[in-house]
Amino acid sequence: MIQVLAFYLFAALTIAAGAFTILSRNPVHSVLWLIVAFFNAAGLMVLCGAEFIAMLLVIVYVGAVAVLFLFVVMMLDIDFATLRAGFIRNMPLGLVLAVVLLAEVLIGLGALGAGGIKLGTPDGSAAPLAGASNIEAIGALLYSKYLFLFEAAGLVLLVAMVGAIVLTHRQRSGVRGQNVAKQNARRPDEATFNASPEVGKGVQL
Amino acid sequence: MSWLDRGMTANFQSWFGWSHEVAWASATILGILLIALPLMLSVAMIIYADRKIWAAMALRRGPNVVGPLGLLQSFADGLKVFLQETIIPSASNKALFLLAPIITFTVALMAWAVIPFNSGAILADINVGLLYVLAVSSLGVYGTVIAGWSSNSKYPFFSAMRASAQMISYEVSIGFILICVVLWAGTFNMNGIVMAQKGHVFGLINGFVANPLLFPMWVMFLISGMAETQRAPFDLTEAESELVAGYQTEYSSMSFALYWLGEYANVLLMCALNAVLFWGGYLPPLDLPVLYLVPGWIWLFGKILFFFFVFSWVKATVPRYRYDQLMRLGWKVFLPVSLFWVFLVSGYLMYTGHFS
Repeated sequence: MIQVLAFYLFAALTIAAGAFTILSRNPVHSVLWLIVAFFNAAGLMVLCGAEFIAMLLVIVYVGAVAVLFLFVVMMLDIDFATLRAGFIRNMPLGLVLAVVLLAEVLIGLGALGAGGIKLGTPDGSAAPLAGASNIEAIGALLYSKYLFLFEAAGLVLLVAMVGAIVLTHRQRSGVRGQNVAKQNARRPDEATFNASPEVGKGVQL
Repeated sequence: MSWLDRGMTANFQSWFGWSHEVAWASATILGILLIALPLMLSVAMIIYADRKIWAAMALRRGPNVVGPLGLLQSFADGLKVFLQETIIPSASNKALFLLAPIITFTVALMAWAVIPFNSGAILADINVGLLYVLAVSSLGVYGTVIAGWSSNSKYPFFSAMRASAQMISYEVSIGFILICVVLWAGTFNMNGIVMAQKGHVFGLINGFVANPLLFPMWVMFLISGMAETQRAPFDLTEAESELVAGYQTEYSSMSFALYWLGEYANVLLMCALNAVLFWGGYLPPLDLPVLYLVPGWIWLFGKILFFFFVFSWVKATVPRYRYDQLMRLGWKVFLPVSLFWVFLVSGYLMYTGHFS
C-alpha cells in the first residue's frame, strides 16, 4: 500500500517537475524544477531497492552538476523579449525534435504491445550475490566482469577533464601569483634589517 | 529490559495492538521529534556557548543579562526575531526568497537521521548512511545560492557565487577523505563504521584517529568541515567586511532566524561526524569494560561538545581566509593529498590482506 502511494507520489512529482522545467519562463526556475525532478527520480530508485544509485544521483547531479548549472544560469541577464524572439526562430527545430520524440514513444509502445525482448535473463554469472548488499554487488560486477568498460568510462572522463582544462587555461602575463612556500619560509632576520644612515641620506632598499 | 532491544515499531505493535504500518509511521515520527526538538534546544544553547567562548577568548563577558549567567539569551533573541516583521524586498523573487531559508533549515536537520546516538539508537539504519550524509550536505548549498539570487541584490549574489564554488570544492576532498574511512571500515553504514573502530589501535584505543594513516585525514576533515559549514575562518559567504552580511543581507525576522539555526545545526552535525567517523562515536575512548558503564550517548555528546569548542576556538582566533587562498587550499593542497591518501590507504590495506 505505502509503496504504491510512494511510487505514484514520486512519479507524479517527477513528471510535473519535468513539465515545469520546460514550461517555466525563467531559466533559474527551470533549473530548480530540474533539481526537483532529479530528487524525485532518486526517490523512485530507492523504491526499486537501488539506494546506491539513488544516493549517487543526488550527490552527482543535484549536488554538483545542477549547482554548476545554477551558477551559470544565475548570471544570465534575462531579457524576456529576446527569449521570445529566439522561441519563434527556433520553433521549427523544436517541433522536429518533438515529432521525433513522439514517434519514438509511439514505436516503443507498439513494440511493447508486440511482446518484450528477453534482456538480461539471470544465468549463473548474473545472479544476485547471496548476502551481499547493493554496493558490494555493484562493486563485484563492476571490477570483474565490466572492468574494461569501467576503465574506458574513466578514460573518457579523464579526456573530457583534460580537454576542459586545455580550453580554459590561458597564460596571463603580468600576474603576480602568491608563492605560499616562499612566504612561509621567510624569517624575520631576512625580512628586516637595521640601518644607521647618515643624516640627510636615505637608505638603500 | 526487552522493550529497549526490540525497536519502537515492535513495541507499538505489542503495546497498542496497532498494525505494522501505523506502528512504523508513529515510531518514525516519534523518532524524528526525539531528534529534532532536542536538537533545536541544543542549537539555542550552543549559540550561547559559542558566544561565551568567543567572549572569553576576547576577554569580554559575553551574554550575561538574560536569565542566570545569561543562559536565556538565545531564547530572548528567538522571541525578538519572532516578533519582528518579515520584510520581503519588492524586487525579489518572493517564492524563492521565502523558500531558501526553509531549505537550509530542513537540510540541516535531515542528515541527523543517520547519526547513531548509541548502538541501536539510530533513526534510519540504512546501509548507505555515509553516502546519505554526503548527499544531504551537498544539498545545503542551495539554501545559500537561492537566497543570493532571489534577493536580487549585489552582495547576496556575490555571496551565492562564493558559496557554490566553495562548497563544491571542499565536497570533493571530503569525499576522498571519507573513502579512506570507508575502506578501513568496509561499510557505508554509520553503525558499522563506529563498530569498526572498536579497539582499532592495539585492541585498546577506539577511534580511527589514533591510526597514523588516518590521522592526517582527520585533520583535513576538520578543516574541510569548517569550510563546508562556512564557519570562520572560511566564512567568506558572509564576510561582513566585504559583503555586508552575504546571502543573509536582505533577510529579517524568522527567515533570518532559520538561517541562524540551520547554520548552527550544520556545525553540530559536522562535530557529530567528526566524532562518529574518526573518534569512535558512542564508544568510549579506550576499549575497557569499566568505561562501557557510562551510556554511549554521553560519550558521543561529550565528543560533539569538544569539537564544538574546537570550532569556537578556531572562530575566535584564526583570521579569515582570502578567497583565492581558500580555493588554493581546497584544490591544490587537500585534493591531491586526499587523492594520494586513498591510494596509500587502499595499497596498505591490500598489502596487509585487510579484505581477504
